[in-house]
Amino acid sequence: MDSHYPLVIIGGGPAGLAAATTATEHGITVALFDEQPTLGGQIYRAIESVPSDRAKQLGKEYLRGKKLVDAFRQSKAHYFPDTQVWSLNKQREIGLLRNNKALIITADQVLVANGAMERPVPFPGWTLPGVMHAGAGQILFKSAGIVPADGVVLAGSGPLLLLLAWQYLHAGVDVKAMLDLTPMRNYLRALPKLPRALIAHHYLTKGLAYQLDLKRAGIRTVYGVNNLHARGGDSLESVSFQHRGKNETIETDLLLTHFGVIPHIWLTQAAGCRHQWDESQQCWRPQHDEWGNTSIDGILVAGDNAGIGGARSAEHAGRLAALQTTWILGKMNLQERDKLAKNDRKWMRKDLHVRPFLEAFYHIPQKTLLATPDDDTIVCRCEEVTAGQIRAAVANKHSDSNQVKFLTRCGMGPCQGRQCANAVAHIVAVASDKPIQKTDHYRGRPPVTPLSLGELATISPETTE
Amino acid sequence: MFSSPSLLNAITVNITIDGRPIQVPQDITVAAAVLSNGLRNTRATPVSGAARAPFCMMGVCFDCLMVIDGISNQRACSTRVNEGMRIESQHGVGPEIEKSRHG
Repeated sequence: MDSHYPLVIIGGGPAGLAAATTATEHGITVALFDEQPTLGGQIYRAIESVPSDRAKQLGKEYLRGKKLVDAFRQSKAHYFPDTQVWSLNKQREIGLLRNNKALIITADQVLVANGAMERPVPFPGWTLPGVMHAGAGQILFKSAGIVPADGVVLAGSGPLLLLLAWQYLHAGVDVKAMLDLTPMRNYLRALPKLPRALIAHHYLTKGLAYQLDLKRAGIRTVYGVNNLHARGGDSLESVSFQHRGKNETIETDLLLTHFGVIPHIWLTQAAGCRHQWDESQQCWRPQHDEWGNTSIDGILVAGDNAGIGGARSAEHAGRLAALQTTWILGKMNLQERDKLAKNDRKWMRKDLHVRPFLEAFYHIPQKTLLATPDDDTIVCRCEEVTAGQIRAAVANKHSDSNQVKFLTRCGMGPCQGRQCANAVAHIVAVASDKPIQKTDHYRGRPPVTPLSLGELATISPETTE
Repeated sequence: MFSSPSLLNAITVNITIDGRPIQVPQDITVAAAVLSNGLRNTRATPVSGAARAPFCMMGVCFDCLMVIDGISNQRACSTRVNEGMRIESQHGVGPEIEKSRHG
């Protein structure tokens, strides 16, 4: 590994892979760091090693990742798997952890393409063993071929829920029920945005095809579900919910939930990039232009960490960012950049047609879900701080997220607030009756991933490996 | 809760989970190994002692902390299995920190 690269890319998912391939094609020396042992990001996880029968169960869209990975493998990019990025700053110094050794390198340009995570939405019982995110179920399936053995209940709101149900159906898993928590009023909310969305209709037709398959297979889908509750002693025993005013309980030892995904912003936050609350996507994201430029010179973003757009858009955004850095590094002129960017820009603009519809349709209600109405529900999984304790802090005039953190220890555990930051912001917003953008976000500081003192002591500017 | 990974045509390694010897494919994570071998609870929290298990499987929630080869607070979802690996459930903050607290 060198101590300096013209372009460093963080993340080996669709955005990072497409960017690395494009930049190296134009003569840029690229280093790509990825925390996973294998390429593909979460969406195409294990794409290079997946057996063919499992690949078939995962569907056509998943197989698309193989082309991206193959092109990257044939490129001249330097690839470093199993590498954690624990720091990034304005000077484009990048803190890395690899083989238990910490080092700091520099870059002329940095593209952050570290993707998204599941939006954590606390509800009663969500900390019980046996309750996991839908994405966790998918990761187990993709990377190890492990699926629920004694049936599963899926619950939440968002396209991944439908996809996972479809994938499990093809893998022969007993999907006991799919509990759709999308509020019925979202149908009305999304309707005005439908005509525009039909321009990019492949998303919609895909979704409808999945739904039809599930229906044909006799999988029970319950729409308009409220009051989701995971119950059990030391682990999950049943799931209860309300539907059309009636309470119902389903016995299960596994519940997978999904409430959409949100960008990984810890690294761009630590670097000092300007962030904004995106009301439509209900998350914070770094501010950026069409090419991925953030508020800091030489730091770019692409893919879901820049704002949720999905795997296909991530590819295009990755290529746009690569063309931008190639131009900045003097390897092509502005006309060439614009000419080569034409297709990708066209895709990104087309994609903008369908997003408002999807975001309105899968809008998660604040009062009944995001702001954790039940006082006894744990919000901070690490420090075990409840919604009631947070509301008490707000009532005590601590009306921003960082003040709540200082007072309650909420967000001070090992996950560094990744699981509770959004819920705390929503609770503070509702309890103090102000817009969420005024609630402040936890301040993310390096190291953004765990680093032991022993590892820190190994720091040295790296020249060779 | 979860099916066992197929050992057919797989290169396997021998590990122990809370002392129990088990054979698993070499390319899976510790979290995948424990979940598919019937371990429902992988730790007890330092705050209340509540039972927890892997939750996000992608390294962000830190609920899958376990003692791996004697070192506590390791993310099971971000650690691959190795030949001879000793995996143990974690109680509270883990033995090292416990020891330093009480001398």
